[in-house]
Amino acid sequence: MFDNFPLWPDRASTAASNVDALFVFLLIVSGLMTALIFAALIYFAARYRRRRGVLAEQIEGSTPLELTWSIIPLFVFMVIFAWGAVVYFKGRTPPRDSTEVYVVAKQWMWKLEHAEGQREINELHVPVGRDVKLIMTSQDVIHSFYVPAFRMKQDVLPGRYTVAWFRATKPGTYHLFCAEYCGTQHSGMIGSIIVQEPAQYEAWMSGGTTGPLSATGEKIFAELGCVTCHRTDSQGRGPNLQGVFGKPVQLEDGRILTVDENYIRESILDPGAKVVKGFKPVMPTFQGLVSEEQLNALVAFVKSQSQPGPGGPKTAAAPQNQAPAEGSQVQ
Amino acid sequence: MSMATATAQPAGQTIERENYLNKHYGVGSWLFTTDHKRIALLYLISITFFFFIGGFFALLIRLELLTPAGDLVQADSYNKLFTMHGMVMVFFFLIPSIPAVLGNFLVPMMIGAKDLAFPRINLLSWYLYIIGGAMMMHCMLTGGVDTGWTFYTPFSTAFTNTKIVEAGLAIFVAGFSSILTGLNFVVTIHRMRAPGMTWSRLPLFIWAHYATSIIQILGTPVIAITIVLVAVERALHLGIFDPKLGGDPLLFQHLFWFYSHPAVYIMILPSMGVVTEIIACFSRKRIFGYSFVAFSSIAIAVFGFLVWAHHMFVAGISVYAALIFSLLSYAVAVPSAVKVFNWTATLYKGSIHYDAPMLYAFGFLGLFTMGGLTGLFLACLGIDVHVTDTYFVVAHFHYIMVGGALMGYLGGLHFWWPKISGRLYPEGWARLAALIVFIGFNLTFFPQFILGYLGMPRRYYQYPQEFQVLNVLSTAGATVLGVGYLLPMIYFLWSMRYGKPAPDNPWNAAGLEWKTPSPPTTFNFEQEPIVTWEAYNYDELDTGHKEEVKVVG
Amino acid sequence: MSDNTLIGLHHEEQHRPELLHHFATEEQQRNSASLGMWIFLATEVMFFGGLFCAYLIYRRWYFEDFGAASKSINATLGATNTAVLICSSLTVVLAIWAAQTSRRVLLIGMLVLTMLFGLAFLGIKGVEYKDKFEEHHVPGASFSFNQVPIPGHPDQYANPQHAQIFFSLYFIMTGLHALHMIIGLGLFTWLLVMAWRGRFTPEYYTPLEMGGLYWHFVDIVWIYLFPLLYLIDRHP
Repeated sequence: MFDNFPLWPDRASTAASNVDALFVFLLIVSGLMTALIFAALIYFAARYRRRRGVLAEQIEGSTPLELTWSIIPLFVFMVIFAWGAVVYFKGRTPPRDSTEVYVVAKQWMWKLEHAEGQREINELHVPVGRDVKLIMTSQDVIHSFYVPAFRMKQDVLPGRYTVAWFRATKPGTYHLFCAEYCGTQHSGMIGSIIVQEPAQYEAWMSGGTTGPLSATGEKIFAELGCVTCHRTDSQGRGPNLQGVFGKPVQLEDGRILTVDENYIRESILDPGAKVVKGFKPVMPTFQGLVSEEQLNALVAFVKSQSQPGPGGPKTAAAPQNQAPAEGSQVQ
Repeated sequence: MSMATATAQPAGQTIERENYLNKHYGVGSWLFTTDHKRIALLYLISITFFFFIGGFFALLIRLELLTPAGDLVQADSYNKLFTMHGMVMVFFFLIPSIPAVLGNFLVPMMIGAKDLAFPRINLLSWYLYIIGGAMMMHCMLTGGVDTGWTFYTPFSTAFTNTKIVEAGLAIFVAGFSSILTGLNFVVTIHRMRAPGMTWSRLPLFIWAHYATSIIQILGTPVIAITIVLVAVERALHLGIFDPKLGGDPLLFQHLFWFYSHPAVYIMILPSMGVVTEIIACFSRKRIFGYSFVAFSSIAIAVFGFLVWAHHMFVAGISVYAALIFSLLSYAVAVPSAVKVFNWTATLYKGSIHYDAPMLYAFGFLGLFTMGGLTGLFLACLGIDVHVTDTYFVVAHFHYIMVGGALMGYLGGLHFWWPKISGRLYPEGWARLAALIVFIGFNLTFFPQFILGYLGMPRRYYQYPQEFQVLNVLSTAGATVLGVGYLLPMIYFLWSMRYGKPAPDNPWNAAGLEWKTPSPPTTFNFEQEPIVTWEAYNYDELDTGHKEEVKVVG
Repeated sequence: MSDNTLIGLHHEEQHRPELLHHFATEEQQRNSASLGMWIFLATEVMFFGGLFCAYLIYRRWYFEDFGAASKSINATLGATNTAVLICSSLTVVLAIWAAQTSRRVLLIGMLVLTMLFGLAFLGIKGVEYKDKFEEHHVPGASFSFNQVPIPGHPDQYANPQHAQIFFSLYFIMTGLHALHMIIGLGLFTWLLVMAWRGRFTPEYYTPLEMGGLYWHFVDIVWIYLFPLLYLIDRHP
């Protein structure tokens, strides 16, 4: 509306239109309901105001009326629920071929690292029209990654990964807020999402990098000695990690789970928790020996071992026990 | 505190009739009373005190938010302000308010009893509240807490340096006050109804307080144990909620919200009970759909326990859990909607009087409807992702708690003031105050819906420039609202000395409490009443005889 | 005015001194006390319930580590304590029967015996806590649980962090329970004094019943705690 007095946020992602449509629907429904009730209230208040000689009429009630105005709202609510559920489900299911960005939140800043290796602080450059998946964790307390223009928000937790995704549709610079109170500078933990045309984005990308995150991960993998047990000739004391990401694996106790980011992370920090069947529980823990960024790099490396080549990630097989057809949910 | 309560006498002569206020004098007679009416007044004074403390914090918050920069207070101070505003208002004002003041005063009278089932436990309740309140005051004066009233882990257990344990213990103690009040009400309502007072003849105020008490009894212990766990974890550096030590921060959130969601129903159900009584009286007719209103109170209490994780849709719970909690949240909305329809339908073919209590009731109807409808937005998963943790939520809950619960509380205070004090408040000023509150409230909180959808997060003391105009509007409204709250404080006090003496039943209202003198004697009834009439017998009250009650449709 | 007839209670009616003024009859007073105590016990169920909830969740997640930790607490002492509490509930019931049948000596004897059982329970608990303290299993700065094998997997060690969660919950749950025992002992001291003064008759023994309900509740909480805490994954 006005430049410095907006009444509606920018719409800059595919999700934004979905959310706005739902919101407008709810505005209409609520508006109608409010209008109806207010009209009844005002009309009754005027029409039935106290008048001399006119008595109130005692009415017990009306069961049919009660049922009607219980069932109709319930039906409307179910429609709202269903539509909202669909929008939410889409929002929590990143598409399979998303570009990945690792996010580490800490009091009071956002540290981001693209899979290709670029690092950013409080800023995220993304190209228009590309699916971007954020794999996020916190170094300390709970934060929340919130981009109003994308209608996207996801809490960022210490000790595990949470995931969010978006596809930007309009170039521009948009607010990034921390939306979960995290201490003194909570309101200062803000930044920008910079959406660029693809050409501009490529230009920005080529402006200096330390190499892809997975390459960093490969270095750490060697430095920490992981490679001594996790050999690619399957002769090692640990499982061969090639091709393992996204596939189901059986644990010692019989459970089957899918290898995802959280499982890799957990295996590094608490290796005894979910040991693969057929292997002894001899892996030492690296808790306290790796930072969040190093963990991200290691995860990226293991994922890269399941891709046909460097670059765009493709998970090898659809994960079992996870409902969505496209992509995986890291929950 | 002496009240000259005049009975009608020839000019020049007034006899002070003995009532619960003048029966005994002296501080001791108040501090060691077991009379539920005196205890209600003790609560009235205490919660008003905390209301103004919490309100003062709100004023500072709104002043800071006049400008985008953080220039009035420092970041840490601001964080303490909104935390203390929340804790004081939730635990020391809203949760006790109507049950402890109006409930304590009226529940025995409405059912025809001499007192609550456990008068000494009632007094203990008040003392626990005072002790908890004193601990909270001490905590605030010696540094306060900065975690937000929700004190999420691991920030509250392992990162903040503020006085979590002390604040937690204060709330723990106050929680027992709430539990004991609820316990007292349930036993009283079950066991001490006068002969002839069947369940279906109970005023809906009683049904509302019964439902509220169930929540107080079953929910409060869970926050109590959560506070214990947080305090122990903080003191001994345990890892129950700390992921660095193998714990789960989401477990805290589940335990916290398992109480704190039903808690909001503790705050609104009594207000709905008050509004029901007022609408019936000032329309001069029975509430439309008595049984539906009664059972919807119980339904709200039961369903209210099943929806807690709708506060956690983006917290990291599974998609499937989110779906279930969203669905259940819509279920709990239905009984509230039913009540609004029933109240509106009560006005149909009524004979409506516009006294101050009724103005507050109208205000409640409008504001609670709006607040409740915005709850539908928040229960909707797709929208909640965008608006949770923003000013949209802040606006929603203030519409319900202030626009709903507080309006009902004020309306009830006005309605029963003649009974409580034996005095009439000044009607003109009261109507003005109701209007000021309504206008001020909307101006304060409506802009916050817009701010929320725009994306302004909550608990921010500095914000981007484009949010300023709406924030200024909100602060302007807050000053108007403040005036609206000061007025009743002033004229209620004024009326205690200068107000016209009140007759026993100034509103010609239905209900056993109106059959006692204003103010009542210590034991309420000279003789135990025997009830032979239905609730809301306005036909008899207005015409002297029973009318046939219609059933429409 | 309208059809409200008020019929009075005759104040000259004699009533027993135990009848409090705001109640109409002794039966009403007794029923109110009973309902009140049951509701209070419901709040206690919810209070402990939060702890049980946390415990069940972590036990499912860290079953093996919890198994290792559970093995290190003394199930024999725990079982003894269970027997002690069950006996004490029996003595409580006998005390109430004694009051109902005007057996003053038996009443006082059973109350004393109940309290002795309670003290025995606390004593045994104290021994257990002392053992844990000496083994450095008390959570906090000096906690240590290194290289403790998981039951059934002698080559695998339990995660000390997860074990510490077990012990945290163990101490909080049994500690809260012990606190309730101590309060119960205080209650029963008061009941003992009243019984000594001859306050309980076949017509009036409500405080005994209420105290008894409380005691039974504390007993039942232990009956849940014992298998949950002490008997995880025990092998013969």
